[in-house]
Amino acid sequence: MTQLATQDATEPARIPAPATASDEADGGAAPAVGASAAPVALRIERVHDTRATIDAAAHDERDAEAAAEPVIRIEDVHFYYSKFRAVKDVSIQFAPQKITALIGPSGCGKSTLLRTINRMNDLIPGTRVEGKVLYHGVDLYDAGVDAVEVRRRIGMVFQKPNPFPKSIYDNIAFGPRIIGAKGNMDEIVESSLRRAALWDDVKDKLKQSGLALSGGQQQRLCIARAIATSPDVILMDEPCSALDPRSTLQIEELMFELKQNYTIIIVTHNMQQAARASDYTVFLNMADDRAGFVVEEGPTLGIFTNPTNQLTEDYVSGRFG
Amino acid sequence: MSTIASTSTVTAARVREGLVNSRRDTLGIVFQVILLLSLLASLVILLVLLADVLSKAFPVYADRGIDFLTSPLSSNPDKAGIVQGIVGTAILALVVAAVAFPFGLMTAIYLEEYAADTRLTRFIQVNIRNLAGVPSVVYGLLGLSVFVALFQSLGMGNGRNVLAGGATLAVLVLPIVVITSIEALRAVPIAIREAGYGVGASRWEVTRQLVLPAATPGVLTGTVLALSRALGETAPLILAGAVLGSFSGLSIDRLFTGSYTALPVIVYDWSRRPQEAFRADAAAAIVALLVITLFANAIAIYFRNRYEQTW
Repeated sequence: MTQLATQDATEPARIPAPATASDEADGGAAPAVGASAAPVALRIERVHDTRATIDAAAHDERDAEAAAEPVIRIEDVHFYYSKFRAVKDVSIQFAPQKITALIGPSGCGKSTLLRTINRMNDLIPGTRVEGKVLYHGVDLYDAGVDAVEVRRRIGMVFQKPNPFPKSIYDNIAFGPRIIGAKGNMDEIVESSLRRAALWDDVKDKLKQSGLALSGGQQQRLCIARAIATSPDVILMDEPCSALDPRSTLQIEELMFELKQNYTIIIVTHNMQQAARASDYTVFLNMADDRAGFVVEEGPTLGIFTNPTNQLTEDYVSGRFG
Repeated sequence: MSTIASTSTVTAARVREGLVNSRRDTLGIVFQVILLLSLLASLVILLVLLADVLSKAFPVYADRGIDFLTSPLSSNPDKAGIVQGIVGTAILALVVAAVAFPFGLMTAIYLEEYAADTRLTRFIQVNIRNLAGVPSVVYGLLGLSVFVALFQSLGMGNGRNVLAGGATLAVLVLPIVVITSIEALRAVPIAIREAGYGVGASRWEVTRQLVLPAATPGVLTGTVLALSRALGETAPLILAGAVLGSFSGLSIDRLFTGSYTALPVIVYDWSRRPQEAFRADAAAAIVALLVITLFANAIAIYFRNRYEQTW
C-alpha cells in the first residue's frame, strides 16, 4: 500500500522529464505511460521524428503511391456472428508496401475486420460476410476461392505469440514444407529468421523448442514463420499487446523493415504505436447497435494531428476508448 | 488489525505479536485430517485386498514356480496352470488395442475436428458418454449375437474364438477411448490451430501435424485406461464364448479359431470350485493378471513420455 502511494506521488513529477530529454530512451517506455491528455504533444512530436528519419527516402514516392493499385479493397462489408452484426458497411483499401493501422475502442470489430481479410473467421461456425473483400481485384469470398490458398498469400501474426510446440527450425519450416516450397530449407529458415531479426538470438539453438524463447522472441518467431511462406500481405492482430515495451519497439522496427516487401495491416490498441509505426490509420468505432464502423481513415499524420471528425479527435487524444 | 491501529507507537515487538498466528484455522485442520483419512481408507482397503491375494498366491508360486504359468488348465488344482489364460489375455489385449484405438481415435477426430457442431453431433456425443456406462454384460450379449455369429458364418469353427472375445471387449471400451481422445483433442489450444491455418495449412495438415502430436499423450493415456478395463472384464467374455473349465489345445494353427479363455475367466471359474486348493490357484492367477496389466500400462506410459519429449 505504502509503496504504491509513494509511486503515485512521484509519477506526475517524472512524466514531463522524458519529453524534453532523450527521445531514444523514451521510445520504449512511452506505451506504458498510458493515454492521458497531457502527452499528446509529445506523441505527435515523435510522429514527426520517426517519420522524418525512416520515411525520408519514401517521401518522393508519396504522390505516386496515392494512385497505386491497392492490394486489398474492402467494399461494403458487413460481418455477422450468427444474427449479431459486428461490423457494418466498411469500405476501405490498403496500399501496397505500407503499414495500415486499425485503431478503435475495445469491441469495435477491428480484429473481426482483420480476420475477414484472410478468411480466418471461416473457422468460427455461424459467421457470415456480406460485401466484397477484393485481393488484387479478386473477391476472396467468391465461390471456388480456397481459404487455404488465401491464407498462403495473406499471412497472420496473432495477439498472443503462438509458436507450434515444435523446434524453432520446424516452426519456420512448417509453412514452406506444406506448400512444397522449392529451395534449400536451411536457407529459407535462416533468411526468414534473419528478416525477423531473430537469427542471432537463435542460430545456435534451432533444435530447441520454440516455446522456450521469451515472449518477444516468440512473437518474432511467429513473424518469421509468417514470412517464411513469402506471403503478399501480413495481418497483425495486436502483435505487441502481450509484450514489454522493449520487445514492442523491436517488433515495430521490424515492421519498418518488412514493409519494403510486404503490405502490413495491424490492429492495435496502442495509439502511440499506431502513430509511431503506421503510414495509414483507420479509426473504427462502435455504433449504438454495437456494430463497428469506420469513422475516419487517412494518412496517420493527418488522423493524429488534424482529424476531421470530432470522435476521432476525442479518441486519439485519449478522451475515450 | 485493530491492535495495530489503536497503538500510537509501532515497535517490532508489537508488529510481531500481530503477525504471529492469533487465530487457529481449526476448520482447515479438520478438513485436512478428513482428506487424509479418506486417502488412508481407500489405501487400506486396497492394501488388504493385495495382501490377501499375495498371501494366498505366495504358496502356489513358492511350490510350483514357473510351472504354474506354463501348465495348461486342469481339473486337478495341484496341476492346473494358466498358460492358456496368459496367451488368451495377451491376444485379447492386442485385438482390443488394434480395434479400439484406431476406431476410437478416428471417431474422436471426426467429432472434434471435422463434424459441425450441430444438434445431431451433440446428441451423438452424449450417447457415446452413455454407452461408457452400459453394463459390460450387455456388451457380452452383443458379442454373442454379432461377433460369435459372424465368425461362425465365416466358417471359423463355432465362432467362439479369441477374435470374437477381443472384438466384444473392443466395443466395450470404444466409448472410453472416444471420450478420452475427444478430451485430449479439445485440450489442444485453439491458438495452435489458428497458427497452422494462418500459414496456409489445410484442415488435414493442421490435424495431422499439429493437433494430433499435441494430443497424443492424452490419447495414449485414454487407451491405457481402456485397455486395463478390458483386460479385467469377465462377464462379456463368458457370454462371447470364453471357455469355463479346462480344455485342451491352443495349438498355433487354431489360435484364432479354437477355444480360448482369459485370466479373469479362469479366476472366476476357480473361485467357484469346491476344492480349497483352487482358491490359492485363483489368487495366483490374479497376481499374474495384475502383472500383465501393469506391463501393458508401462508400455503405454513409455510411449506417452516419448511423444511428450519430442516437443
